[in-house]
Amino acid sequence: MRHIRTIIDKEWAEVFKNRWVITTMTLLPLLFVALPLVMLYMTNSSLPVEMPAESAGLPPGFAAACSGLTAGECTQIYLLNQFMLLFMMMPLIIPTTIAAYSIVGEKTTRSLEPLLATPITTIELLAGKGLAAVIPGVIISYGVFGVFVVGCLLLGLTPAVLSYILSPSWLLGILVLGPILSVIATIFAIYVSSRVSDPRVAEQVSSTVILPLMLVMFAVLAGKLVININFMVIAIIVSALIAFGMLRLGTVIFDRENILTKWK
Amino acid sequence: MIKTRGLTKIFKIGKKQETELIAVDNLSLEVERGEVFGFLGPNGAGKTTTVRMLTGLIRPSAGSAQVAGFELGKEDTNIRRNVGILTESPGMYERLTAEKNLTIFANLYDVPDVEKSVNKYLSMLGLWERRHDTVGSFSKGMRQKLAVARALIHEPQILFLDEPTTGLDPEASKTVRDFIEELKTEGRTIFMTTHNLDEAERLCDRVGIFQQKLLTLDSPASLRDKMFGRKVVFHLRELQASWVNLVAGIAGAENVEAVDNKLVVSLKDPEERNPEIIKALVLAGAQVQFVGEIRHSLEQIYLEMVQSHERGQA
Ligand SMILES: Nc1ncnc2c1ncn2[C@@H]1O[C@H](COP(=O)(O)OP(=O)(O)OP(=O)(O)O)[C@@H](O)[C@H]1O
Ligand SMILES: [Mg+2]
Repeated sequence: MRHIRTIIDKEWAEVFKNRWVITTMTLLPLLFVALPLVMLYMTNSSLPVEMPAESAGLPPGFAAACSGLTAGECTQIYLLNQFMLLFMMMPLIIPTTIAAYSIVGEKTTRSLEPLLATPITTIELLAGKGLAAVIPGVIISYGVFGVFVVGCLLLGLTPAVLSYILSPSWLLGILVLGPILSVIATIFAIYVSSRVSDPRVAEQVSSTVILPLMLVMFAVLAGKLVININFMVIAIIVSALIAFGMLRLGTVIFDRENILTKWK
Repeated sequence: MIKTRGLTKIFKIGKKQETELIAVDNLSLEVERGEVFGFLGPNGAGKTTTVRMLTGLIRPSAGSAQVAGFELGKEDTNIRRNVGILTESPGMYERLTAEKNLTIFANLYDVPDVEKSVNKYLSMLGLWERRHDTVGSFSKGMRQKLAVARALIHEPQILFLDEPTTGLDPEASKTVRDFIEELKTEGRTIFMTTHNLDEAERLCDRVGIFQQKLLTLDSPASLRDKMFGRKVVFHLRELQASWVNLVAGIAGAENVEAVDNKLVVSLKDPEERNPEIIKALVLAGAQVQFVGEIRHSLEQIYLEMVQSHERGQA
């Protein structure tokens, strides 16, 4: 544990001196809370209550799910459906910016070799580097969600909309799926980081991890997909399996010599 | 303390890893406890590769080694605990302070009293005043000193120093050299590579001259004797031609040459023969001004070895 703690401590000491990372870690969450709240605020006041859901311009697949709700509520829920994905992006983006730098950064400063010469095991090293990226990602996304919920309460959203935000599928998404996605993004970023020689390349390649999430987002936008509890449970199971597989694979792929010498 | 048998490293290079590059070929050597061993060789000889193998950073392609009594490849974690390494480039965390850098490594090496060790080495290497400054603001010499401190923080029995003084000014080099001497008196085993042959001659008990293969290994003095024999010069006020034959007639004296008013003589044991030669010369009427030994530098030995190896390969 001492080794892992040391690595986490070291990563944070370095990362929090990096202006780019700090910017990402503060601006992004701000944006991600402000944007949904502003949009909810606008839809809260502008839509006439009695308008039927069908005419609100929502995809037909979605409108069906709106039975019993007013058009305003339905629009808000439709919007929320997409913000949910925005929230899911945070635990991907923040760890990626940290983890992408983690190995390649040590290569460019040549500190990797003395580090690998210490008795730290490869697993400890990767765990330390991984946790140093996952922990801030999870804390920030939980925090952002918390602030978002408080904001929603202050906006005076209707009980139907509020209960949607605090529904099991949302809670599972933010509290469970988010951290799992963080782990996936981090392992991927560390893997990329160990194979390239340029921190910027590491950052760019690692951020492709967000593409599958974008696909889901487009599907939702196009009304082809509704995020509900079933979808969430399946997503959690699938990503947990992927994360587990990547962890297993990681312990096989990573060995000292490869990290130290196999990169272009 | 260090024992290698047929240690070999082959790198696969090229786009498709199709070419084999033999960096270290069948290296067998032994370094005793408390010895300072100099590993010399031209650029690309495979010195760093050897150090990396012996510190468990890269795997040998063939052969075996024991370091600090542990088998390489089987007990690497134990080896890492017992060796310290000064890597070719110091590689510090530039954004962190000197103190933080050492603290991190002290923790990774499971040092019992981190603060005490960190403070000890910061002051030992003259970095105490600068301990709260980020390493990014350090000069090359200061970085190197910090890297030496880092290599020692866990009190290793064996130290690998890869070019400890390269790029340092004479004063900083001397600090590092003095420090190595101090470590030697503490009984630590030191395996160092260097391009500074003068330094190797001063510090090392034995040197290995290496280029892919081990070309030779011995103390600098015996290497000199083996390769060039020992030569003594007798400076005379005046030289008479007949004295050449006179000296050549003395047992043990070989290749007597007259150069200006000097006689140059190859001798196996000058300590024994010099008095005899001086006596004969004085009796013959020579006035001996002074007597000296021609010392071949380690550099001459090195160049001779490396160049003849290269000729052999061509
Ligand atoms: N990771 C690697 N992949 C491929 N080839 C390598 C690798 N590391 C070293 N080599 C090759 O192995 C040979 C020996 O390199 P090494 O760095 O050990 O030399 P050196 O004796 O330390 O040289 P120098 O005095 O310049 O530091 C060189 O030809 C080098 O190109
Ligand atoms: Mg080298």
